[in-house]
Amino acid sequence: MKVVVCTKQTPSTTADFSVGNGAVSWEDPGGKPNVVNPWDEYAIEEAIRLKENHGATDAIAISVGDESSRDALKTCLAMGCTEAILVSDESFAGSDSLGTARILAAAINHVGDVQIALFGKQAIDGDSGQTVVQTARKLGWTPLTFVAAIKEVAGGSITVERLTDEGRVSVTAPLPVVLGTVKELNEPRYPSFMGIRKANRATIPTWTAADLDIDGGVGAAASKVDWSNVYAMPGREGEVEIIEADSVEEQARILADKLFEEKVI
Amino acid sequence: MSSVWVFVENRDGAISTISKEAIGAARYVADELGEDLTGLVFGEAVSNVADAAFDLGCDDVLGTDDETLKDGRVEALGPLVVKLAQEHEPAVIIAGASILGRDLTAWVAADLDAGLISDCIALEVDDETVRATRPVYAGKLLSTVFVTVGVQVISLRSRTFPQAESTGNTGTAEWVDAVVDEDDIPSKVVGYEEQAGGVSLTDASIIVSGGRGVGGPEGFEPLRELAETLGAALGASRAAVDAGWIPYEHQVGQTGKTVSPDLYIACGISGAIQHQAGMRTAKVIVAINKDADAPIFKLAQYGIVGDLFDVVPALTEEFSGRLD
Repeated sequence: MKVVVCTKQTPSTTADFSVGNGAVSWEDPGGKPNVVNPWDEYAIEEAIRLKENHGATDAIAISVGDESSRDALKTCLAMGCTEAILVSDESFAGSDSLGTARILAAAINHVGDVQIALFGKQAIDGDSGQTVVQTARKLGWTPLTFVAAIKEVAGGSITVERLTDEGRVSVTAPLPVVLGTVKELNEPRYPSFMGIRKANRATIPTWTAADLDIDGGVGAAASKVDWSNVYAMPGREGEVEIIEADSVEEQARILADKLFEEKVI
Repeated sequence: MSSVWVFVENRDGAISTISKEAIGAARYVADELGEDLTGLVFGEAVSNVADAAFDLGCDDVLGTDDETLKDGRVEALGPLVVKLAQEHEPAVIIAGASILGRDLTAWVAADLDAGLISDCIALEVDDETVRATRPVYAGKLLSTVFVTVGVQVISLRSRTFPQAESTGNTGTAEWVDAVVDEDDIPSKVVGYEEQAGGVSLTDASIIVSGGRGVGGPEGFEPLRELAETLGAALGASRAAVDAGWIPYEHQVGQTGKTVSPDLYIACGISGAIQHQAGMRTAKVIVAINKDADAPIFKLAQYGIVGDLFDVVPALTEEFSGRLD
């Protein structure tokens, strides 16, 4: 049983953004502007645990992106993924979520014999969280999103605990499945020193559109969504009003007055 | 048949809050486009939900009353909405961005080969096109997004649109059969656990939230008391969750929940950019912090520089006197 984890390289959580002529750029005060999408760390960890605890033979990391995405894939290898594949082609640029789903589905099919494909909840750049279900549709597999625990993988089926809008459900589904993960699933490990050395020596192959027999349905031309208009979040209006008084009780009274006036209580 | 559709999520015979918001937003879109609004009502024993959808302003209701739809499984709902959309060709399909709403819109857009915009916080109609505003890059930037061709599938962030109100409208729903038999639905629900007590963060109109300054698990007690007095949910920063003082389900921020309450009271939270990403769309933010230079004061409307262990109990006292 092979397990695939789909990951994306994103700006770091501490990055400062600027927008000029419709292009978004960012810098990071810590000097590490790009990271593995933080939500993906739980999916990567779970892929490795499926190998360690549930009999998966391979834990393969896949990333769609340009050459710089190799760094994210190296992190996956350093954590313990057995293989990493960069899926990259000029024709992929500007894909909408459905285009990306087509690319990922083709890559997962190309790996072959995959029973579980894992995703993070969403990527912290686009923040849409659409690719999990859409990739499942393109594969024809069952999507299970917001997975908080994997309880059992046995007899060709999987039992997971999912978060829902009202609580939690335990769900059983036959393999293959696409899983969207949440933070509660596990505590991601840090890459080990040996892992980092191994990752630096590993060969990460690149699969192109031709390798995957992708002909259309991807890239900017096929995108049905225009998200080119990106701009800075307008700052909050006005300055903070610091409430000062002789006693904390008086401060509380003044603040309460303000909040009743604002009609938020 | 009308050409703006809205997914009417329901539970125990009642329309969920996020769907009331979606109906309100979809009504606006339908009016701007000069089209009728159709509510999609699915579940078991949902005829009263259909009546409620009419009352909230739907012109038509397309519904399916079937046992397979009661668990909210996307493999049952998705094919049904896809088939209905292929038959009726709506121009716009809108849903609240609940967990089920997100799953359903992604499924439907994939199968219809349609453009999808998720988690929108504002909508405008420009000619035939819906222009949606959504936060990107963890809420640090905004984007105006639109579907360039074909069906427009849109999900809406909770608590960012006003709920539809009762109109007194009535009508007769059109009931159709489910399209997937139970035997053909891959996933089976084998256990169910209701959310533990307390107010859910994403639905809460007031949130009292604590960070590093709370100092330990017992430090959340005064916050809990203030939350109870205000009928508020209890939130936390990542620092407090990572320290093990409070469970993850309370975390607000980039790797926690995104919330848009009317009032957010941040106690002992410095206001790191990752935390701001989860709460900056709150209508009013109050910051209580010892450190007058904490970034949270740049975001807040009202601030008290002081020890939260003095200020929070004083607020509880003040509000319990006035809210009786």
